Amino acid sequence: MVTLTIDGQVLQAEEGKTILEVAQRSGIEIPTLCYHPVLPPDGSCRLCTVEVVAGGRSGLHTACTYPVEDGLEVLTRSPRVVEARKVILGMLLSRTPNVEMIQDLARDYGVTEPPFPTEDPDEKCVLCGRCVRACHEMVKAGAINFANRGADRAVGPPFMEKTRACIGCGACTIVCPTGAIEIVLREAAEYLAKPLGPTAAIYTPLLQAIPRVPVIDTDSCIRFRQYDRTEGEIEDACGACELVCEANAVDFTQEDEILEVEVGAIIVATGFERWNPTLLPQYSYGKYPNVLDSMEFERLSNAAGPTKGQILTHEGRVPEAIAFLHCVGSRDEHANPYCSRVCCMHAMKQAHIAKERTGADVYELYIDIRAFGKGYEEFYERVQREGIIFIRGRGAEVVMVGDQLVVKAEDTGIGRPLVLPVDMVVLVNGMTPPHDADEVARLFGIGRSPDGFFLEDHPKLRPFQTATEGVFLAGTCQAPRDVPDTVAHSSAAAAEALGLLSRGEVVISPQVAYIPEELCSGCRICNELCPYGAISFDEEKQVSVVNEALCKGCGTCVAACPSGIIVGKHFTDDQILVQIEALLRTPVA
Amino acid sequence: MSNETFEPRIVGFLCNWCTYAAADTAGVSRMKQPPNIDIIRVMCSGRVDPTFILKAFREGADGVLVAGCHPGDCHYSEGNYKTLRRMTLLRQMLPQLGIEPGRFRLEWISSAEAPKWTQVAREFTEQVRALGPLDWKGTVLAGVPVALEHACATEVTV
Repeated sequence: MVTLTIDGQVLQAEEGKTILEVAQRSGIEIPTLCYHPVLPPDGSCRLCTVEVVAGGRSGLHTACTYPVEDGLEVLTRSPRVVEARKVILGMLLSRTPNVEMIQDLARDYGVTEPPFPTEDPDEKCVLCGRCVRACHEMVKAGAINFANRGADRAVGPPFMEKTRACIGCGACTIVCPTGAIEIVLREAAEYLAKPLGPTAAIYTPLLQAIPRVPVIDTDSCIRFRQYDRTEGEIEDACGACELVCEANAVDFTQEDEILEVEVGAIIVATGFERWNPTLLPQYSYGKYPNVLDSMEFERLSNAAGPTKGQILTHEGRVPEAIAFLHCVGSRDEHANPYCSRVCCMHAMKQAHIAKERTGADVYELYIDIRAFGKGYEEFYERVQREGIIFIRGRGAEVVMVGDQLVVKAEDTGIGRPLVLPVDMVVLVNGMTPPHDADEVARLFGIGRSPDGFFLEDHPKLRPFQTATEGVFLAGTCQAPRDVPDTVAHSSAAAAEALGLLSRGEVVISPQVAYIPEELCSGCRICNELCPYGAISFDEEKQVSVVNEALCKGCGTCVAACPSGIIVGKHFTDDQILVQIEALLRTPVA
Repeated sequence: MSNETFEPRIVGFLCNWCTYAAADTAGVSRMKQPPNIDIIRVMCSGRVDPTFILKAFREGADGVLVAGCHPGDCHYSEGNYKTLRRMTLLRQMLPQLGIEPGRFRLEWISSAEAPKWTQVAREFTEQVRALGPLDWKGTVLAGVPVALEHACATEVTV
């Protein structure tokens, strides 16, 4: 630890820290420009100039590069410092007279007019070099650098031409203090850049996430991409998040773990996927940026979303007309024949929000409104009163007429085709089983109903149990359902699982195989047949024995026993034979 | 008896998990299907002893259907593979007894395939109807070893 004085305050500081870091931590303000907490300091803009008195001599130095020493005396607002900063800001303002951030800084020091002639009034770059350092030190792409000297100094890619070294990460645009760098997206990429995203590579998945901690998307994180490019050779790859995290919580070495846990019950709650609207090309999803799906609109209207809840078109305008197209992918023989149940209600909720926030004309194009729950019908009536326009007729097509987005449909109420010019279309897409439901079903021995959702044991009496004892279903993996129904279904599954655990024993089916010891010849044919390894051979008695806890009662061994002595309890040979007789000896009615 | 008015009697051995559930779904869903198939539920198609099928023919069935889960999808992992092997052997044996191979059918129908069940039921009923009634005494019994007839004729005392 060293002791120093800043503006008369005596401060303790860790060795190796810079004057700027110590001052900032103690609440002493020093203006900066080229300094950025995650980049190595450069001292190029000179704005953080302070007066340092050491060894009886005083001089002007940049605070961001000057390491603290014992007995150092620092003045951050002395007349010499203020004068120096005035000159610096005068030069900066002369270069970029119309950049607000520079104007503000200069005004603080009484510089309101550029003291030198301006070359280009639209210039935004102050040559601080943050972007260059970010590109070299953090991203390690090395796509941009300084070029030329003196008055011609500039920042850009080699020879100011497009470069393949740029990976398009956008780090330079984030660190640039004056907004001088823009990322130009080609048409194909433009779709991704609509108001909804992209998000950063480190983010908290959702507000209600448990545990509520950020995660790193290793597919888009610069650090992990560097590892991939160099096969892990770069040790000092990006790590900006690690540098700024005061809790030291960022750990790049964490990996996905596969845990083996012994359990007494399993609740399958694998949920649903949104139906992909590109499968019905007439709705132009992915083709026109103002055609959204339900979840995208939800993100757009979310107060924690990218627009802070403002409903804006791709062009950033407040829409004047919005159409919600119900049953996209549901109740459609070309997609899913079933009703996804929840979409009518969430479309109405979104229409209500859209109306409230934009005052736009909001249309709901529907086949039937299914307001099936408590208070739902009342909500349907409420949004009708609010002026949402309900048109009975499935949206047929979304097209562009000139610059105008147009929805074509048939109003079955008046039996006429309808053309609606709108600014935004929301495709109310339904639910489908997750793409890997088949794998999950096989893993847990669950069946699937024709719609692809997991099959319950009985639609009315055992709606969350499965054919496999101890495996339960919760929520939308079993069928489309809304939040209240999912909570009810899942709670029931949890209670059932808990009941199973508290009993501490599993009730096994009575349909097991039994080998009468005195009749078994010990041929061992059944031993190999059993898929569960439930039949073992008793060496001492020279007979095969069934372990009733392992036996599932399929009867394969019963049918195979050459002596015909294995008894399939409740499905014995005699029982089946007498059924055959009974069936065929009864005359047809 | 002309084949148009002849209503064949068919015994279906269905596995509890797949085809029985499919037939159940077909019924619950009010799907149209012929009433000719009488169903005997077994836990797995692997439980079906080939003698059950001969017994059914002997008792007057005109056709026998065995149906279970798709290969790879057996509730009991691999019971249906055992079925496949046994039924392949049985199918070779039936013509030797004078029973047309068309009177026996093995199908894989999952619980999700209620429409397939009704389709198989229709097809098989029509197939057996076309073959006419099975004359066990006239065709089969004439050439069958006494032991087999004895085995099939065993009365069950319950």
